[in-house]
Amino acid sequence: MAIDLNILIGGAAGQGVHAISLPLAKALVRHGCQVLVRQDYQSRIRGGHLFNVIRVADSPLLSSREGVDLLVALNQETVTLHQGELAKGGILIYDATHVKEVPSGVRALALSHDALLPGTQAGEIAVNAGASGAILGLLQVPVAGLVKLLADTFADKGAEVVEWNRQAASRGHELGGAEPLAVNLAGIAAPPEPGLLISGHEALALGALTAGLKFICGYPMTPWTSLFNAVSQRAAEWQVVVEQAEDEIAAINMAIGASYAGARALTGTSGGGFCLMTEALGLAAMTETPLVIVVSMRPGPSTGLPTRTDQGDLQFVLHAGQGDFPRAVLAPGTPAQGYGLMAKAFNLADRYQLPVFLLTDQYFGDSQLTHTAKEFPEVAVERALSLETTTPYERYALTPDGISPRRLPGLGPGLVVADSDEHTPDGHLTEDLTVRVQMQEKRLRKLKGLVQELGGLTTAGAEGAPLTLACWGSSLGPVHEAVTRLNREGTPARMVHLSELWPFPREVVAGALAPARKLVLVEGNATGQLNRLLRQETGLQADHLVLRYDGLPFTPEYILGELKGSV
Amino acid sequence: MLPLDLYDSIESAWCPGCGNFPMLKAFKEALAELEIRPEEIVVVSGIGQSSKFPHYLKCHTFNGIHGRTLPVATGFRLVNRDLKVMAVAGDGDCYGEGGNHLLAAFRRNPDITLVTHNNQVYGLTKGQASPTSDQGFKSPLHPQGVPYPPLHTLALAVAQDCSWVARGFAGEGEHLKNLYKQALTHKGFSFLEVLQPCVSFNKINTYKWYQQRVYRVEETPDYDPENELWAYQKAKEWGERIPLGVIYRKVRPTLEEAYPRLAVKSLAQPESTPPISRLLADFY
Repeated sequence: MAIDLNILIGGAAGQGVHAISLPLAKALVRHGCQVLVRQDYQSRIRGGHLFNVIRVADSPLLSSREGVDLLVALNQETVTLHQGELAKGGILIYDATHVKEVPSGVRALALSHDALLPGTQAGEIAVNAGASGAILGLLQVPVAGLVKLLADTFADKGAEVVEWNRQAASRGHELGGAEPLAVNLAGIAAPPEPGLLISGHEALALGALTAGLKFICGYPMTPWTSLFNAVSQRAAEWQVVVEQAEDEIAAINMAIGASYAGARALTGTSGGGFCLMTEALGLAAMTETPLVIVVSMRPGPSTGLPTRTDQGDLQFVLHAGQGDFPRAVLAPGTPAQGYGLMAKAFNLADRYQLPVFLLTDQYFGDSQLTHTAKEFPEVAVERALSLETTTPYERYALTPDGISPRRLPGLGPGLVVADSDEHTPDGHLTEDLTVRVQMQEKRLRKLKGLVQELGGLTTAGAEGAPLTLACWGSSLGPVHEAVTRLNREGTPARMVHLSELWPFPREVVAGALAPARKLVLVEGNATGQLNRLLRQETGLQADHLVLRYDGLPFTPEYILGELKGSV
Repeated sequence: MLPLDLYDSIESAWCPGCGNFPMLKAFKEALAELEIRPEEIVVVSGIGQSSKFPHYLKCHTFNGIHGRTLPVATGFRLVNRDLKVMAVAGDGDCYGEGGNHLLAAFRRNPDITLVTHNNQVYGLTKGQASPTSDQGFKSPLHPQGVPYPPLHTLALAVAQDCSWVARGFAGEGEHLKNLYKQALTHKGFSFLEVLQPCVSFNKINTYKWYQQRVYRVEETPDYDPENELWAYQKAKEWGERIPLGVIYRKVRPTLEEAYPRLAVKSLAQPESTPPISRLLADFY
């Protein structure tokens, strides 16, 4: 990788970390770079410390990494916390109004409101736009693209604000360009297809909309909220009903009511919110109401670390709810994969009439990756509804595959009777224990067909390598890069990533893991939850676990560090 | 007028003499008189004896879980504007387990009829106090009596400008039928609480107890259901005299007016979904 730079932008919440990073990252993508933006923030509205890391490269990026090449500090704390990460030859760009102590021996570029926009009341705009401009100057990227992005972003704030942004960005660009970095982006060739910068939760929102989502309901909770927002902002244009529920219990029950009425319905939550939803999860399963549920994980138990990342809810989601019932669990590794899995989730939910989970986390949800439109194909909408109108109608007709023809109330004269009690084929409550056995077996029969539709493996690295790193969900990128580095450094290694976790595609996974002589599971939890699932379903288990549960995402460096001495 | 046997369904498991029977009868009569066919109404219920109501009535039915009747009904209403939507719940179900949803429904004003079967006791779990049990009511869990006063449900509704608030009594079938008819034709959230004696577990609040106290509020000289302060006083009246009838009315926009109208047919057979190329345009 010839070009691989990490730009860390840090400050207090409310100072403008996002105002710098988002236009800057987009400008770099438009320039032709590969970009990955990772967000790290605290559970507060103002103050504290938050930062974004923009990783820029000239070849595709799937993971964030450690180290900092350009450090943008809006306050002193950012300098204190991150100066140790600054690579040799790195540069500190700082807001001279707030940063008074600059470490010695580090190249530093001071920005201030009065130097950038003298005599104006531009406030934070000066340093924010100035810093973005300075970075592009240092990297020898023309400033025009950034100026246009800022103009679009601030158009509704009036001409004066747009002009302040232009002047500050241009002035910053001159300052940075006066002494550019040795490694720069001037020679980046425009890619054959324009790149787009999209987060995991934004991609899921697009997947849901193209799959024909008509109803979304939830209660705000980090990190799920970013997905709820991404759908809601587009809802009016695409005729989607959005309702903010009074609590997560209402959210899932409303989604079930909407789905019973015939809408493709989505709900989602995080952490404790899903604890509240578990009773109605069983309701969806018992009434055989299709439902897609996003559980965006964060470190627990209880409130835990609200804004950090984790993969600790896999076993919870697999087992939530009383009694035995079928469900599906999917866990995307990249935004594009999430887009496709969202469409698949809706089709599976409709065909098999059961709850389907998408497991995400803060790292997956908030991180933006560079993709191309080709990775977002049109998706098929398969509603699997019976449009017959004959009566009488049996909502829970016993069938060989367990799937009863589903009709919608109000579409024809057949009465749709759904019940959370054990019920007869026509939907009425019963205590006939023979019927109970038939119905329980009917519901569980659906798993046989469902598992045939799952596989979802992504592999990378050396085919047949004895060292295999298995992972799931958002760990795809870091593990992929760790495996790439291992191979480059002479240790043959391979990644097996699982994105379709339940019903467990035993044969597919066991086949993929067969060549492994040393199996390492990489998981963002404290106990190896996929390892338990793997052992339960295949008898295979990891020789070594690489776990992380400090609230931060995996990085290639973390994984390689943990492997040292064991491989 | 449709024939009453149009609504016949499976045999009931209620106790003989249960207040639910006259309610079911009055409701069937209301549907027949309004000519609402079984396939034109969905009844959503939760858990409790009252929640078996839709099983004993021919209609679209969603019998969900305890306390969650209103969210399911609201989700349904937001998607389907064509069917009548009724939610049925008991006092434990709606006021205890599902209290938060009741408050939210008052605010939202979906075009749903909520009928609560209030017998001031938990029947299905055999005689514990409910949120509407009177202070001092003795139960297996309160051998010394419930130490606090009941929830003033109708007063809560009035305070939150619920768009239609009424009380009926299972012992006055004709009057109840008329309340059902008004509730079903009201545009917005109609909240009808029905005093429904539990003959098995409530030996205090019996048919006789209610009969000695109830009166028809619409026959009083100062009847003024559009007057919030008057309504509040009537809503809190409980004990020696218990008002029956429509207590409060307020014209308000319905929840679903704020949302796109989805046609059932278009849900079943989507003609088009957003093209991904349009959606991706935001991300370049």
